[in-house]
Amino acid sequence: MKTIRIGNGQGFWGDNVDAPVELLRGGPIDYIGMDYLAEVTLSIMMRQKLRNPKLGYATDFIGFIRRVLPEIKERNVRVLTNAGGLNPRACRNRIFEVARELGVTGLRVGVVEGDDLLPRLKDLTAAGHALKNMDTGEPLAPHLDKVMSANAYLGARPVVEALKAGAHIVLCGRITDTALALAPMIHEFGWGPADWDLLAAGTIAGHIIECGAQCTGGNFSRFWEVPDLWNVGYPVVEAGEDGRFTVTKHEGTGGMVTVDTVAEQLVYEMSDPTGYITPDVTADFTSIRLKQDGKDRVEVSGIQGRANTPFLKISASYLAGYKASGQITLSGPRAIEKAKLAAEIVWKRLERAGVTFAPEDRETELMGTGACLPGILPVPDDLPEVVLRLGVRSPESAPVERFGKEIAPLVTAGPPGVTGFAGGRPKPQEIVAYWPALLAREEVESRIEVTVEEV
Amino acid sequence: MRVKLETIAHARSGDKGDASNVGLIAQSPEIYEVLRAQVTAERVKEHFREVCRGPVQRYELPNILALNFILHDSLGGGGTESLKNDAQGKTHAQGLLQMEIDVPEGFAGGQT
Repeated sequence: MKTIRIGNGQGFWGDNVDAPVELLRGGPIDYIGMDYLAEVTLSIMMRQKLRNPKLGYATDFIGFIRRVLPEIKERNVRVLTNAGGLNPRACRNRIFEVARELGVTGLRVGVVEGDDLLPRLKDLTAAGHALKNMDTGEPLAPHLDKVMSANAYLGARPVVEALKAGAHIVLCGRITDTALALAPMIHEFGWGPADWDLLAAGTIAGHIIECGAQCTGGNFSRFWEVPDLWNVGYPVVEAGEDGRFTVTKHEGTGGMVTVDTVAEQLVYEMSDPTGYITPDVTADFTSIRLKQDGKDRVEVSGIQGRANTPFLKISASYLAGYKASGQITLSGPRAIEKAKLAAEIVWKRLERAGVTFAPEDRETELMGTGACLPGILPVPDDLPEVVLRLGVRSPESAPVERFGKEIAPLVTAGPPGVTGFAGGRPKPQEIVAYWPALLAREEVESRIEVTVEEV
Repeated sequence: MRVKLETIAHARSGDKGDASNVGLIAQSPEIYEVLRAQVTAERVKEHFREVCRGPVQRYELPNILALNFILHDSLGGGGTESLKNDAQGKTHAQGLLQMEIDVPEGFAGGQT
């Protein structure tokens, strides 16, 4: 039976920059998927693109391409990524420049467009698409002027189209992470648009590897059992045309692939396990069978899926005010008591200055006392040191800026043993909030454009 | 015999907007049944009473011996809006593993 190897070399923008190179060089691989877009990353790219029309994509991806371009062309390893962000054409142009510098010819790069809905938002809402916030039920129309980006999550089909046209690299904007693994399977095995079980299998393979090392020993509960985590191998799926696949990693790498490490990743960011909805299929996680098949090999089978839904998920971002946070370290005896006093000083001084925040708009955390899990971990009477972390948010920038001026004075006008105040006053940062919504899929799919060009 | 979940199960957590999810995975089918009976949505809500301001939902995945909990309104606004250090609920799995449950004396499933 035909088998292909699909790896994930980047779980998010900020992940290990050597990982995809090690994945490429460490063993057999046919496809590498790389994810760069968190929920609000596109709003940052929108800013960059407005300042410079040649930007608006994940520039880290160019660094990777520069390191490996001749090699991926030579070995015909195909790279699929959402690094195109809001400007996949500019990303392609930059890759072509790098190819010319390196003397690589015959390189085909595919670009998938049609996910960017920002220019269409007014028309869409005017035409009756409410784009209600999936969490709050609020319609988008009153907030249109604050929207910074709006993109539909595309599925695997346009990527398949680019692969069919011979693309070595496929640059997308917003696309489901799972599509980056599913697309090569559809392309290689000729799976049809209603092969729901197969599409669900490819989607779940994508879910397992989409966060890089999180299925190979990273973030694992029993971390002490994981060998050589410093050298963790990124995941490889060996996919078969019948929908069965094996999760593994290259030989000689650290980490481990066990039923337990894979199961932990299966439940990561999971909602209703019977209905994992993507543009391609609705996958049922309660159908998955896991079996250890030798060292660092987990066989996955039995997966069932059902029809996709008539909607695509939209991810919009909008300006929702300002926030700032700052921290100091309190060392020496009675550290907890000193941290509480320091916090009290800040809040009382701000109040006297006429700057107040609603309880939900200010945060006081004594890091070291179990502040991430209040009420769960026992709090000791004293600690050798505590980090006091304070934060505020407001629709206006001014009160947030005023807050930023109250941290440094604690060094000389607070309790003793205050240190670790570096980096200047905390500055107000824009809060770019996330607006999830649904849109009828034909509104998007009728306008998807796939182009493949050769350098 | 009272044991912490960390001795008989493992877990992972992440975020979904302002909710966190915690997947709890048993180390054997016998332990899964014990978890299913005792680690109810109500108990998880009580365990996270200072974290979770909304309801707790529970889903079952018997095929991988897992329970999936959704802790609504737990992240101070979630994502970029939250002021919390753990704005994505990354630590909630570690928190759930501190819960104590009753297991039969000499229960074979546990590891120390």
